[in-house]
Formats: sequence, C-alpha cells, structure tokens
Amino acid sequence: MSMPNPMPQPERENYLNKKYGVWSWLLTTDHKRIALLYLISITFFFFIGGFFALLIRLELLTPAGDLVQADTYNKLFTMHGMVMVFFFLIPSIPAVLGNFLVPMMIGAKDLAFPRINLLSWYLYIIGGVLMLHCMLTGGVDTGWTFYAPYSTNFTNTKIVEAGIAIFIAGFSSILTGLNFVVTIHRMRAPGMTWSRLPLFIWAHYATSIIQLLGTPVIAVTIVLVAAESALHLGIFDPKLGGDPLLFQHLFWFYSHPAVYIMILPSMGIISEIIACFSRKRIFGYSFVAFSSIAIAVFGFLVWAHHMFVAGMSVYAALVFSLLSYAVAVPSAIKVFNWTATLYKGSIHYDAPMLYAFGFLGLFTIGGLTGLFLAALGINVHVTDTYFVVAHFHYIMVGGAVMGYLGGMHFWWPKISGRLYPEGWARLAALIVFIGFNLTFFPQFLLGYMGMPRRYYDYSHMPEFQILNVLSTAGATVLGVGYLLPMVYFLWSMRYGKPAPDNPWNAAGLEWKTASPPTTFNFEEEPVVTWEAYNYEELDAPDKDAPHSEEVPVAR
Amino acid sequence: MLNNFPLWPEQASTMARNVDALYIFLLIVTGMMTLLIFVCLIYFAARFRYRPGVRAEQIEGSTPLEITWSAIPFVVFMVIFAWGAVVYFKERTPPTDSAEIYIVAKQWMWKVEHAEGQREINELHVPVGRDVKLIMTSQDVIHSFFIPAFRIKQDVLPGRYTVEWFRATKPGVYHLFCAEYCGTQHSGMVGDIVVQEPAQYEAWMNGGSTGPLSATGEKIFAELGCVTCHRTDTQGRGPNLQGVFGKPVQLEDGRTVNADENYLRECILDPGAKRVKGFQPIMPTFQGLVTEEQVNALVAYIKSISAAKPGGAVKASAAAPQEEKAQASGSQVQ
Repeated sequence: MSMPNPMPQPERENYLNKKYGVWSWLLTTDHKRIALLYLISITFFFFIGGFFALLIRLELLTPAGDLVQADTYNKLFTMHGMVMVFFFLIPSIPAVLGNFLVPMMIGAKDLAFPRINLLSWYLYIIGGVLMLHCMLTGGVDTGWTFYAPYSTNFTNTKIVEAGIAIFIAGFSSILTGLNFVVTIHRMRAPGMTWSRLPLFIWAHYATSIIQLLGTPVIAVTIVLVAAESALHLGIFDPKLGGDPLLFQHLFWFYSHPAVYIMILPSMGIISEIIACFSRKRIFGYSFVAFSSIAIAVFGFLVWAHHMFVAGMSVYAALVFSLLSYAVAVPSAIKVFNWTATLYKGSIHYDAPMLYAFGFLGLFTIGGLTGLFLAALGINVHVTDTYFVVAHFHYIMVGGAVMGYLGGMHFWWPKISGRLYPEGWARLAALIVFIGFNLTFFPQFLLGYMGMPRRYYDYSHMPEFQILNVLSTAGATVLGVGYLLPMVYFLWSMRYGKPAPDNPWNAAGLEWKTASPPTTFNFEEEPVVTWEAYNYEELDAPDKDAPHSEEVPVAR
Repeated sequence: MLNNFPLWPEQASTMARNVDALYIFLLIVTGMMTLLIFVCLIYFAARFRYRPGVRAEQIEGSTPLEITWSAIPFVVFMVIFAWGAVVYFKERTPPTDSAEIYIVAKQWMWKVEHAEGQREINELHVPVGRDVKLIMTSQDVIHSFFIPAFRIKQDVLPGRYTVEWFRATKPGVYHLFCAEYCGTQHSGMVGDIVVQEPAQYEAWMNGGSTGPLSATGEKIFAELGCVTCHRTDTQGRGPNLQGVFGKPVQLEDGRTVNADENYLRECILDPGAKRVKGFQPIMPTFQGLVTEEQVNALVAYIKSISAAKPGGAVKASAAAPQEEKAQASGSQVQ
C-alpha cells in the first residue's frame, strides 16, 4: 500500500498512520480508508477504460479498419463503455469523495453502517475482478447498452459473465446510496439542519435516491437478459415471442437516471469550490439544493428520449420530449446560480477553481446540446451518431470528471495531509480543458454530418477523416492531462509540503478536522451554529490568517 | 481541400430543409445562451478577481431573478419542443399516396424490394420528387435505416414492420448507413441511395424485373394453399381478404384492430394472436415456413386486392406499376 511514509518530525495520530499493514486496510470500517480503497480501484479501472479509448481513437485515425479486427474494435468500445460507466463514473465521486466527506461534512464519526460500507467495496471488487476476467478471456461485443435480441440470442461473447459482474457492482452502488441516505437523515451533528447542509450533501442525497430506486431495475434487466440467453425464455426476442423494445425501456429506466448519478455529485463539488474560491455564500442556496432533488425526480421520467427512432408511438415520444425539457430547467438554474455567485466575489484562481471553470464551460455546452437531442425532429437525424457521443462525453467527462478532478485537488490536502504542486495542477487543468475540447468538439460536427457511432471502418465515407484525426490528436492531449495529476498526487504523498488543517480557509466542518483527520474525525462532537458557506465570518478583518495565495500553496 | 472537409451534410430531401431550419434556430438560440453565460463568467472572473483588502460582498440570492432565469429558458424550451414535435410529426406520417418499397435488413446487408418487382442489395433507386414510403423489417437483430442527406432514421426491428418516408429533392448518390449497432460488420452495413430524374429512374426500373411484388405474392398465396380457405366469396373457412386492408376488423375476443401491414404480418406468423370474429382457430402458423421477403410479397398482394373491385383489378394495377395513382389507391394506410 503506497500510503505516505510517516514524517520525520513527530506526527499527530491520524487515520493513515494509526495502524499499518494490509489487514488494517482490507478489514477497515473507517469511511476514509474505504474511500482510499475505492480511489485506488476506480483509478485502476479509469486507466483501463482510458486505454481502450486510446485504441478506439487510434483505429479511427484512418478510414480503413487497419489497426485491429472488427470484432476486437466492437469489444473495445463495449468494454470502454462498461468499465467507464459501471466501474469508474458511477462509483467515482460518491464512493471516493462522498465516502470520505459525507460523514465529516455533517459532523459524524463515520457512515451509519461502516461494515456495509466495507461490504460495498468488496462487492465492487468482486464485480470488477469478474469484469476483468471476462475481458481477459474474450470480452463482450454488444455495446454497453446490451440491446436485445443481439445480446440475448446473437452474440457469442461472454454476455452472462459481464452481466453478473455489473449485477454485483450494482449492489455496491445500492449499498453506498443506502448508507448515505441513512447517514444524512440520522447522523447530522447538533445544529446541522437541512438548510445548513453543504450543497455537496444535497447533491449526494439526491444521487443516493437514484442509486436506491434505479439500480434494482438494471439488476432485474440483467437477470432477464441472462434468462433469455441461457434458458431461451421469450422475453425480448420476437422469435421467441418477446419484445425488443421492452429491453430498451427497462435498460434506459436505469441508465438515464444513472447519468444523474454521475453528474449530480460533480455539481455538488462545483458548488463547494465556487463558494470557497469566490469567498461567498452560494447565490440562491435553496434553489441549488432543491434543483438537485428536482433533477433526481424528473430524471426518472425521461428515459424513452433514447428511443425516439426505436419504433415507439409518436405520442409517447411527444411526452418524453416535453419531460426532457423539464429536466433541463433545474440544470440551467444551477449554472445561472453558480455564475451569479461569482458576482462581487473575491475570486482566486487556484487549480480547483480552474477545474470548476472548466466544468462550467463544458457542462454548458453539454447541456445545451442536450436541447438539440431532446428536440424530436433533430433527434431523428443525430441519434446514434457522433453527435450523441460528443454530447454525453461533454456531460460525463467534461462535467463529471472535471468535477471529480476539481474535488480531488480541493480535498487532497485533507485526504493526504500534503499539498499538491499548484503550478503543475493549473497546467494539468488547462491541458485537460484543451485536450477535451479538441477530442470531442469535432465529434459534434461529425455527428451532424451523419457519421454513425460504433463504426470501425469508415472507408465508405473518407470525407470524415480530417475531423477524426483532430479528435484522435485531442485524445492524446487529454491522456497527458489525465496522467499528470496522478503523477503529482503520488509525488506529493512523499515530497509535498505538509498541509495545514484548512489550507483554503474554507467553510465546512471537514476543514475543522486535522489534515489528515483522525479516525473518528472530530475530537468531540461539533455543534453547528452557523449557516453553510459563512465566508463573511471567515474573512472578517479581525480573523487571523485570511485566505491568500501565498499561504497554502506549494510550488 | 474543403471538398474533402465538408462541415454540413448534403440537403437532398424535403425533410432535410425542415430539420436544418430547426437546427439553425437551435444553433442561434443556444449560441446566444452560451455567449451570455461565457461573457458573464469571463467578465465576473476578471472584474471580481481577488484584490488584497477587497472583500467579497455576500448576496443571499434573489427569488425574482430565480423565477426569471427559470421561466425564460422554460418558454424558450417549449418553443423548441413544439417546433421539434411538428417536424417529427411530419417525419413519422407518410403521405397516403406514397410509393411503397419493402426493406428487409439482415446481418449485414439491406435487401430492397420495389413494388414493381425490382430487387436490390445495399442500393436503393428512387425518383426525385416523389414520396416514398419504406416498409421495413429485420430477419435477425435491430438495425436502423439512416440516410443523413435526407435527415431521416428509423430502427428496423425483427418481428414487426416499422415505416419511414421521404421525398428526394436532388438527384445524386447519398450514403445509407446502419445506425443501430448490429454485430461484427455493423460498419460494413452501408450502401447508396441513388436519386434519379424520373426518366432515368423509369429506364432503370424497366431493366430486368421479375414482375410486380403483388404478383409474386399472389403466386405464393396459391402455392401455400392460402386460397383454399381464404376464398373470394363468403364460403371459405377463413375470412375473405378482399377489401380487408386498412379497415377495422372485429376480433373474436371483442377487440377491434385496424388491418394494417403489421396486423397482416402477425396473422401470417401468429394466426391465433388476433383471430377474426366468427372463425375457428384452424390456421397453422407460417413462422419459419416463409421468408421475410415472402411475407412482404403476401402483404403486398393482400393490399393489392383491397382497394380493387373483386376480380381483375389486381392485374390492372400490377400491369401499370408506373402509375402513381393506381399505386396510391392500393395503400390507404396512414
């Protein structure tokens, strides 16, 4: 376990140095240690998924299918999707930063069910190992969407094993959601009322509701797929008397809300960062908080907007298009409130804030292109093309991953007790932003021109090559941008300057703990007497150590 | 250089204009929203950057502002929604007098059958300026019939018909793509849509045909013995099929269904599912006994005897495949 070595000077006891040894980690019930276990595991899967993405982009450098075989390519994009969605994006923020911060932010010693929290990590690992085994022994080629009847009766790849892996990982997600809901309801410190909760908590509360209510549906769907492909029960395949559209309804009933599992926690992080680095209370706190809940609720009612050309009734399509515009409103409310928070602020440009700015730019573009897709007439043309690919990467990578990285930088001093190198971090934020746009913006153009997604060979339409070359070039830049933080985070664990308890002079209970915190977070149970984001008090002139660029930053 | 670097797809159907108009409207609207947000972000970020000694001014929020920036986007969204819905309705509603072409998709090719009997693979010839309705089904998995230059796309499902239509406006050769992932050679399931001037199209159409699809259907109808029960009088053990297409049918279980293509197809492959009132469940299933192409021919035949008077009218419409009106009267489906 590559945790920071004990410092030469006598160090305070904290959750990292309290115990050593493999078992102190593998049997821990400390939410912070479990968060780190998750961090290591999801980072592993992120780079596997990223490697698949790199191979996909390399194949598309030339129109002909020349780098890999068609079947290999189909497996690459399938496994890229499955790994990134189920083993990176869904657990990323909730299981790492959420796990680490939810108890601390509400003033609790741990989550409500520490052992279940550990169990959820083990389920994730069992699912992950199965997925790895599945990939190493042949993989799956159905696309991460598993559309029947291709997945149930036509593919000869390892669909059942992949299904079981996702089924098990799904339970890890359900347990995390359950833990958060109970913790947020029952374990808030005295004085920590609902209206004083950080927006990070509101976002995680909304996310947990989706995890609890949505994930069982994908589990049911997987069981039905397995039943049809193993036992030839007629559920989805019309040859056996089934209905292929039923599969799509079930699949998207989970997988659309799953998008909000990925983006909502990221929105929570952005609220924390923007408040801290503009030294202000978030503009319209209650609107931002309730918009998270609104997104979670409306998010369950829009699933069939993935199916406008699937053979569904025209009238059903009208309803789902209308509701899709309804879910866009709370997202717009958030963006406007974040922007308004900057007004008359005192804005610092530390790396987390650069990621937050990046998030705002990319999420705005991702969200607004969603308006194109929700418009029925345009959807018919652009669905299943690179327009969709670009759109959801702007949300899930531009939005969710930018927020995740911003959060990792923001809380890294708390997690590791060390400061990361600020200059490198700002550079990485810039590289990620540029690389991302170069990768995915050309894909909007490709999509409107009609390039279908999941095409291994586009020699029939060589006019698409230039945009594909741009996209591949961007992916290379993006890859560098993602490797950098990993390198300097690891570097900082050994060589970074020790972090003060509150390097950003930020509001929030987590900053009132030590860096890194002790096992039970607080010496004694805190009593909250202030509102969230009380930056006015923190920056009051009589307070010592006001926030300034020099104090917390390592070179 | 720019010839090889197009940024806008060709516009070759009436639908393409509708979709592009909405797309341009959206580009303008979202462009303005993006500009508004980005200008505010950049201005605030520069204007309110940290200065020693200058403290942030705390602002709680503003309900009027919240209502404004919820309501205005909502109204704009509703305009987009309504416009998109109108375009979609047109897209999903084939004109009643469209020419009909049957498409059978399979891993990994498109099989095309014209009503006049011409067959093509991975190619579709259509005349400019005429409404064309595609009646599509799949032999195996889900595919999707996508013509970017026409801005239309429709998934093609096994076990049922789906429909899409277009009117080409510009002669030329355009891409046909399968847009729903369908297995190994998904990206090879591409073809050409050849749009021709009517004269050229007729010349192509007259070269080597096996006779109209409905005539093929009539032959199959006889060969499979359908005629023994489905007689042209009221004495048959099965319903008389003349005039049945496009009409409501009373079922044994009390429901009434419209006898459209999907109903005819279901009756052939799963006769017990929606049995006509007053008839015994004696018809065997033809699932597995007939190919998708044969089902299409049978459906085309039943449609052809529906508009016509009993007797020779089938032959009449079959003999004059180029006459749009004769075609049109045979397909009073929505």
